[in-house]
This record gives sequence, C-alpha cells and structure tokens, in this order.
Amino acid sequence: MERVPILKLGDVLIVSIQIDLQDQGVLALQEDLADAVVESGARGVIIDISAVEIVDSFIGRMLATIASISRVLDAETIVVGMRPAVAITLVELGLSLGGVRTALNLEKGVALLEDRDNARAVAVPR
Amino acid sequence: MTVHGDADRLRIETLLREQEERILKRWLDIAGAAAGGRADHGVLGGRMREIYQAMLRSLSEGDDSTDLRGLLAELSRIQAREGFTPSDTAVLVLSVKEAVYETIEASEETAALRGYIWFSKFVDDLALYTFETYVTAREKIITDQSEQLLELSTPVVKLWEGILAVPLVGTLDSARTQVVMEKLLQALVETGSEHAVIDITGVPAVDTQVAQHLLKTVAAARLMGAECVVSGIRPQIAHTIVTLGIEFGDIVTKSSLSDALAHALRQSGVQLTQGASKRVVVATERA
Amino acid sequence: MTDAIELPIAANSDVVLVRQRVRTSAQQVGLSLVDQTKVVTAASELARNTLVYAGGGRVRIEVVGNGARGGLRLTFADEGPGIPDLELALTDGWTTGGGLGLGLSGSRRLVDEFDLDSEPGKGTRVTVVKWAR
Repeated sequence: MERVPILKLGDVLIVSIQIDLQDQGVLALQEDLADAVVESGARGVIIDISAVEIVDSFIGRMLATIASISRVLDAETIVVGMRPAVAITLVELGLSLGGVRTALNLEKGVALLEDRDNARAVAVPR
Repeated sequence: MTVHGDADRLRIETLLREQEERILKRWLDIAGAAAGGRADHGVLGGRMREIYQAMLRSLSEGDDSTDLRGLLAELSRIQAREGFTPSDTAVLVLSVKEAVYETIEASEETAALRGYIWFSKFVDDLALYTFETYVTAREKIITDQSEQLLELSTPVVKLWEGILAVPLVGTLDSARTQVVMEKLLQALVETGSEHAVIDITGVPAVDTQVAQHLLKTVAAARLMGAECVVSGIRPQIAHTIVTLGIEFGDIVTKSSLSDALAHALRQSGVQLTQGASKRVVVATERA
Repeated sequence: MTDAIELPIAANSDVVLVRQRVRTSAQQVGLSLVDQTKVVTAASELARNTLVYAGGGRVRIEVVGNGARGGLRLTFADEGPGIPDLELALTDGWTTGGGLGLGLSGSRRLVDEFDLDSEPGKGTRVTVVKWAR
C-alpha cells in the first residue's frame, strides 16, 4: 500500500497528497499523522490537497478527524489548495468540513500558522 | 391508401418522370420570377434539378427521404446566407406545384389530377421542412450568442491586491449564476486572493435557486480558504430572501460595494487613513 | 470506442479504478470540469456503498445521448442484503455503516437523474445519469 510522506518543517508538519488514495491509505495517513504530531510535538499540520481531483465523504471525514485529533494534541490543522471544482462538489455533497481551517495555498497556510504563533507570543490587544 | 389512390399516385410519379425537363424548366421560370433578379439562375437551376431528382427517388423508394431532406436543408442554409427570407425558400419549393399542375392540366388525365392532391401535400411537407431547418439554424445562432454574451457579461475584476469583485448586472438565472461562480472561484486560486465581493446592485430580482447558488459559492470559497462578501442587496431582494425563508447564516452582507471593499480591506489588514492632504496611507499589518 | 464498460467492485482498489474509469468516460462525453468532479465523487460514494454494505458488486459505465446532448449513465448493482427503508436511506446523516450518512443522499444531489431500486434479501441497484450542459 502506498503511504503519503509526512514532512517536518520547524514545528509544522506538511503532508501533500499526490495520488488517488485508497480508503486504507486514507486511514493510514490519519494514524500516521496523529503519531507524528505526538512524536514531534508539532504546533501545526498543513494538508495540501491541490493535486487531489476529488474529495468524497470518506476523505472529507478524514480531514475533519485529523483536525479534531490534532486540536486535542494542541496542534492546528489547515487544509490548503482545494480546487474550485472539488469545493463546489463538497458543498453539493453536503460536507462543510466544520472545524477545519482552510487556505488558498501552502504559502498562505504557513502564514496563517505564523500569525497565530505571533499572536500567542506577543498577545497585543487590538 | 386505397388501391385507387395508389394508382393515382403512380400516375403522378410517371408523369413527373416523363415530363422532367418540361416541369423543371417551368419550375425554374416561376421560382426565378418570384426571386426577381436576386438569384443566380445557373446555380439555382442545378440545385433545383438535384432536389427534383431526389424527390423522384424518394417517391419511388417510399419512405427513405434522407437525401432529399439533406438537399433541402442545404438549400435552406444557402438561401438564408444569401439574404432570402424563410418564406422565399418555402415559396421556391412550393412553386414546383404550379409547374406540375400545368403539366397535368395539359395531359388532361383525371387520375393524375386526383393524385395531385396527394403530391401537393408531399410538397407542403418539404416546404415546411425548409422552414424548420431555418428555425433550427437560427436557434443555434441564438444559443451560441447567448453563451458568448455570458462570457462577456460576467467579468471578475481585481479591486485591490488580494480582493476580487464580480459586479453582476441583469437577470440572473441558474445557469448564468453557476458560470459566474465557477469563474470567481477559479480566479481566487489563480490570483491567490483571499477576499471576494459579489456585488448584486445591478440584479433586479433573485429566486430561490439563484440565492442557493450564491450561498453555495460562499461556502465553496470558504472551503478553499477565501471569504466572500455579498453587497448591493436591494430592498426587494432582501424581502424575497426573507419571504422565501433562505438562511443567509453568517455570510457577511453590505449595502454598497464601497462598504464591502472597506470590510475586505479591514479583514486583510489594510488600514486606510484620510490625512489633511487627502492622501491615502496604506499600511499592511502582515509582513 | 466502446460505449459501455463493466467493472467489478470487490476490493478497495476497485473503488479507485471505478473513479478513474468514470473520469475518462466523463471527459469523453464532454462534461465540464465541475460536472466531471461531481459525477466521479458520486461514483466513489456509490462504489464504496456497494463494497461496504453488500460486500461487493459491479458497475456499468455507459455513454448515453438523447440527440441534443450526451451524458453518462452509471449502474451500481449488488446482490447484498438490500435496503429495507429507501426513504430513510436517502436522508442526510442516516447510516448503518459508521459513515457520515452522505453517500446516497449526497450523490443524489451530485447527479441529474437518480434511481434507487432495492429489495431486502435480493440486492440493490442504483442508477445515476449526468448530462453534459
């Protein structure tokens, strides 16, 4: 079974899904990520789905579950690069991915995490 | 058809075949006179001969009139291109009846005369067919043009770095809304914009479907990591939305495009300060 | 060019294969990118349903046309336990398989025509059609 590699950049884990995953592959990724968050003590997880052609309810659920798990482990999950056609289809399907933060691309996803970290460190009231 | 009718029909067929040259010549004369000086007789004559022969084949072979219909469709197209009205084309086809009638009259055969009624119906159908072809061709042109118009009438414009807008003008139907929304979402990705303003100031009314499409677009944009603001909702539309019981939920709405822009700017961390010299100072929070 | 393909759905890898074949056929009939994505997603949901609830089955992918426009028809058939209450099965959020309960109801929203035929103990047949716009 093909496994999706998990990259570590500072205290952020980055996953880029590049292949059409089987359901077991999706579940394996979910477990691998939870393990990796605990092991590395990462503060953020970025899942890049810019190469993913469809997101069905199974993958949708995986994304929501990863977000919930990492929140419990004090890490924030950001899903980046969802294609317009995929987003339209997900809305039609009835999946809103509540609780999952999103960004247009990897760069903006990283910026979103940095913003949050800065806010934590400085905590300047506005 | 009765046996008697069949015999009449056969008589007409024979007559059409025997008198081919004579009928064709008359047909061309009559049609040419009706068209005035506008038709090229040589070319038209050739085309009419083809149609006449296809007509004979169709009569003797029974139902298979594919050839004939093909020729008529072509005639209809060419005539339309040369500026003839569909009536001109129909009259051209119908005038074969006059030519045939004269020939029958000269032959003084009652059987052929009875068969003429049947032949007349046959020709009427052909004339109607040219008309239909004309209408179908027109409809195709209209569909093509409305598609082109759709492309033209729905621009996605950039208001600021990272802020896009779609000013919607005119009646929104489901298909058009869908096209616009797909275009907007695509533009968000291409430009890396995190904010979009959907301005419906120029939209006189919305129905449930259109409102649903707007809502779905906002939801889809969120999934992609961008926020949409809907601006320019007229009082009537607000009324419709409430009456239809459509939930706008937590979607940000602003009364004017400028309010929406100000909101989007604030959200993206841009501060606008109006100084004494009316200079606009821009400061971005995020490095 | 064949107009109909039949594929078995017996393992998880078959679900992926179904997605890929549906995508190819959807492109063939000229569906827009969004419509392609919708029909492939629906196929993925329905193929997984066939696998999870009936232990497997097969799908027929057909290119259809009604003169003016082309379309894609997918027929998922299995000889599984069937669905006792069709109305309930098409309700959002209702599930017996531990999923999100969006497979049937959600895929119905993704296609133009949806037909569900099931008899308890005999099996289930789901037919969907997506027309090119």
